[in-house]
Amino acid sequence: MPKKSEVKIIFESIKDMPPLAVSLYTMDYNKTGSWRNVRPIIDYDKCTYCTICWKFCPEPSIDLEKIEVDGKEKFKPIINYKYCKGCGICWTECPVDAIYTEEESE
Amino acid sequence: MRKVIIGNHALSYGAMLSRAQVIAAYPITPQTEVIELLSEMCANGELDAKFIKVESEHSAMTACVGASATGVRTFTATSAQGLALMHEVLHWAVGARTPVVMGNINRAMAPPWTIWTEQTDSLSQRDTGWMQIYCQNNQEVLDSVIQAYKVAEQVKLPAMVILAAFVLSHTSETVEMPEQEKVDEFLPPYELEYKIDPDDPHAFGGLTGPDGYFELRYIIQKAIEDAIPKWEEVGEEFGKLFGRSYGLVETYKIEDAKELIISSATVASTARSAIDYLREKGKKVGLLRIRVFRPFPAEKVKSLLSAIDKAIVIDRNISFGASGIFYQEVKAACYNEKNKPPIFGVITGLGGRDVGKKDIIDIYEYVMKQDKVESDIIWKGVRV
Amino acid sequence: MVEIRLHGRGGQGTVVAAKILADAMSKIGKYVQAFPEYGVERRGAPVKAFIRIDDDIIYIKSQIYEPDNLVILEPALIGTIDLIYGLKEGGWIIVNTNKDPAEMKFDGNYRIATIPATKIALKHHLGSKAAPIVNTAILGGVIKILELCDLDTLVEAVREGVPIKEDANVAATKEAFESTKGGR
Repeated sequence: MPKKSEVKIIFESIKDMPPLAVSLYTMDYNKTGSWRNVRPIIDYDKCTYCTICWKFCPEPSIDLEKIEVDGKEKFKPIINYKYCKGCGICWTECPVDAIYTEEESE
Repeated sequence: MRKVIIGNHALSYGAMLSRAQVIAAYPITPQTEVIELLSEMCANGELDAKFIKVESEHSAMTACVGASATGVRTFTATSAQGLALMHEVLHWAVGARTPVVMGNINRAMAPPWTIWTEQTDSLSQRDTGWMQIYCQNNQEVLDSVIQAYKVAEQVKLPAMVILAAFVLSHTSETVEMPEQEKVDEFLPPYELEYKIDPDDPHAFGGLTGPDGYFELRYIIQKAIEDAIPKWEEVGEEFGKLFGRSYGLVETYKIEDAKELIISSATVASTARSAIDYLREKGKKVGLLRIRVFRPFPAEKVKSLLSAIDKAIVIDRNISFGASGIFYQEVKAACYNEKNKPPIFGVITGLGGRDVGKKDIIDIYEYVMKQDKVESDIIWKGVRV
Repeated sequence: MVEIRLHGRGGQGTVVAAKILADAMSKIGKYVQAFPEYGVERRGAPVKAFIRIDDDIIYIKSQIYEPDNLVILEPALIGTIDLIYGLKEGGWIIVNTNKDPAEMKFDGNYRIATIPATKIALKHHLGSKAAPIVNTAILGGVIKILELCDLDTLVEAVREGVPIKEDANVAATKEAFESTKGGR
């Protein structure tokens, strides 16, 4: 089976198609960040690195970066705005209100 | 080597000789012996397969489809209500292009509760895309399982090997057992291009919009059309290795026939003895047994019917509100032909009522007195 | 083709008798078909089993309506239901009974043989007194009367075909073979 492409494949005819419905490309090409009305922003002064936002993000468009805080290993959430749809789950779930929002400007 | 075995065990041996790797099944009368024997074979090491016990036929077929999609050979068997419960997943097996092979014991549908034979259970699944092979004896059951894997894996469509409840399933018959080495030569290991593989993850059967679905259906129709010559080729190749050839249809004494009796499975088998009797009486009658019902051998049927005066289709099944189902298919195949005989449709033997030689002779003699087709159903043997 | 119909009661081994006889005939190269009257195999109920034997593939799949020969495993059925329907003229009726063939009365031109199969089965402890399993005993007589195969072939099929008490079943088969009385 061919390895998955990161570019969307457009089938011109059945000759290009596999015989069954099977994913031949990743969804990376589909930049859903453009769907966003409201932009979530993480206030790292308040963030406790609990990673609840990362767990709840359905897209998922929150990545984790390994950092050291007071000699301890922590995971810092970073929002990927290429894919974040602005659904609001992260800022609803954040237990310390460390995610605030801004209207997307045009 | 010859063995005397019941039809259900012919299915089991067919799966064993084909080296089925995953078997998932749920017991139902009159299929139970199929999986009893296979589970024994798995337990005693005779068959190197994973036997998955499931809680329903729906799950049995689901397990087979899932396993088949990983690139292993799968087998299951069921009957009547069990087949009906599988219905949703039968479509899935076709759409997912998984060449599952299944035995179905033709049993009439309930209510009233019944365990005896009739073909309406499998014929109700005719539009799913499953290939359907109707067998006339236990030898053909065993041989057809092996051939079914070969065709199914080439065209990537599932196949149902079908036998009559009790008339074959529980009848002991002489069966020539194919040698394992020859079966291995005939049936190469199953290879699948698009398969579930954790090292190369893909999503299967995901949402497909109107821009793709239509083409996928077109491809399935082309694949099942490709299966028409494949069943002939594979049946001939089987004959070269094992001395028993098979095709889409089987004919008997048709050379100078003016009339043709058309039927399937064990009714067609019994019809041979009626043909012998009628031939002795000087009647020019032959037999056409439809072995492969899906894909439907329309070209064969058309050409065989072009030169005769009367055709009689005997159905052990019914599509309520229409007629016998083989009758519909034969009639539909011939409709656009210039040369076609009147085609009479007979329904008999529902719910396992015995169909004997005399019944078939009676049917023939009744039809010979008819000038034209008055009704789509001639009922034989019903007490009205 | 030879067609034989067997009449007995559920529990006597009528269906197994048909299968063992089929196995024996297969051993001498015949094509065979053996089957019960489906779905009525209940203990005590009258049951039928059928066997066809031929030199070539057997195509007919219906019940046997005009048998060449008849085997009655349960003599108590005689007179209660029609057992001899369709039996061909001159065909054998082989009955499990202690009586002599001359004592058996059937309307029609048939040949009659008797086998004390119940007595033999009980002697060899096959089944219980209330429900003796007479199938292996009666087969010993059946192959002798109908000249179907030699005793050794049948004994081999009995050994392979019975679920338990191999030796007792074989002894019953042999004893029946010796003690069968035929002809009128």
